[in-house]
Amino acid sequence: MINKVYESFEEAVADVGDGSTIMVGGFGGPGGFPYFLVKALRDQGAKGLTIISNNAGGTSLTLDFDDLKILFEKRQVRKMIASFPFSPSASRPSPAEKQILDGRVELELVPQGTLAERIRAGGAGIPGFYTPTGVGTIIEKGKEKKKFNGRIYLLERALKADYALIRAYKADKMGNLVYRGTARNFNPVMATAAAITIAEVDEIVEVGELDPEDIQTPGIFVKRIVKVKENPGFPRHTERKLR
Amino acid sequence: MKERLNREAIAMRVAKELFNGAVVNLGIGIPTLVSNFIPEGLTVIFHSENGVLGFSSTVNQEEIPEKADIDFINAGGQYITSLPGMCFFNSAESFAMIRGGHLDIAVLGVIEVSEKGDLANWMIPSRGVGNIGGGMDLAFNTKRVIAATEHVTKDGKPKIVKKCRAPLTASKCVDLIVTDIAVIEVTKQGLVLKELAPGWTTEEVQALTEPKLKIAKNLKEIEL
Repeated sequence: MINKVYESFEEAVADVGDGSTIMVGGFGGPGGFPYFLVKALRDQGAKGLTIISNNAGGTSLTLDFDDLKILFEKRQVRKMIASFPFSPSASRPSPAEKQILDGRVELELVPQGTLAERIRAGGAGIPGFYTPTGVGTIIEKGKEKKKFNGRIYLLERALKADYALIRAYKADKMGNLVYRGTARNFNPVMATAAAITIAEVDEIVEVGELDPEDIQTPGIFVKRIVKVKENPGFPRHTERKLR
Repeated sequence: MKERLNREAIAMRVAKELFNGAVVNLGIGIPTLVSNFIPEGLTVIFHSENGVLGFSSTVNQEEIPEKADIDFINAGGQYITSLPGMCFFNSAESFAMIRGGHLDIAVLGVIEVSEKGDLANWMIPSRGVGNIGGGMDLAFNTKRVIAATEHVTKDGKPKIVKKCRAPLTASKCVDLIVTDIAVIEVTKQGLVLKELAPGWTTEEVQALTEPKLKIAKNLKEIEL
């Protein structure tokens, strides 16, 4: 029988080596952010990491909590690939942006749709794709251009990772996942694009308990699942149905 | 007496551009306010790039303890409320909708907008850094882009310029500019001044606008 359940977040990230490339789900707020996995990665201490995530933490759009900023506070990140890495408030710069501006962290700034599609392509075995987004802007620098039906497009290349740390609502023991509300965001695409995808979930059920019609990430994409056992230091979602 | 529209009034004027069944994405800032002024009887389907279609207004500050849910936010990180028919999807599908041309209107904020409709709105000029987020995909790929902004900067400098100095979000993307003193259409022949805030003259608006404005034949006062 297949059982991908890990008992602790520490065990689930124990083998992450220095210099790994890691995708991290989420969209700035706590919804869909793998809070306990990132905390465990901070404690595990791997360094020289390349992080691929929409945000770089510390921007407190929804509420202030220990997001990706904790990896920057511990100087574990060498390169950040993101669409929204800076704090919108000049008076409260994030730990990531200070290190980016100091030159200690390399930044690859990517339009959000291009970021999502590069990850999707990585998971789908497509090495690159053409998008109009970015033509005539700083984004086009160094990229091949091609005209289709009179419009110019940029060649963008796929992203893959050694690990994806993702957040889902429920898993079965085979790793099939369902999400909740806008917590889905980058998680389902990242799940497909990493060698080892680790999911942090609210609930783990027996195989067969999830309705096959509802499964959004097929279990073959997920290698490890860990159940959240304690309350994080911020308000969790309500148990209210989203309707 | 000369009046400037406040941020809510700019949003109210933008809301008049919405139509029944329109799929609409609202950027951060003044654009977000548009959702509070949907003309009665219209069904507008709001899209947020973090992966939701068909949501309702944002949760009021005082209702947050009861109604806020961290798994139910818009791309600006605000808590949202639901409508029947709402649906969720992932980021890749969300941008497939945008890139695929399935959005009718994007309302975006402005740092500068040029006479050709070039938009610069991502780099924070005072810091020399900024977030691209979903704005670039929206500006490049939405059928109609409405720029909603104050007419001039805090220092009184024109935001409607001949050529953008700030890094571009997208070139030739803006169709309509709604400001606190005017409504301006971007056409192949240049910028056309269509509406004025109460008490303003064309000369006064021109004085705060870098490129030369053409005056619409049916120039009128902004109605909300």
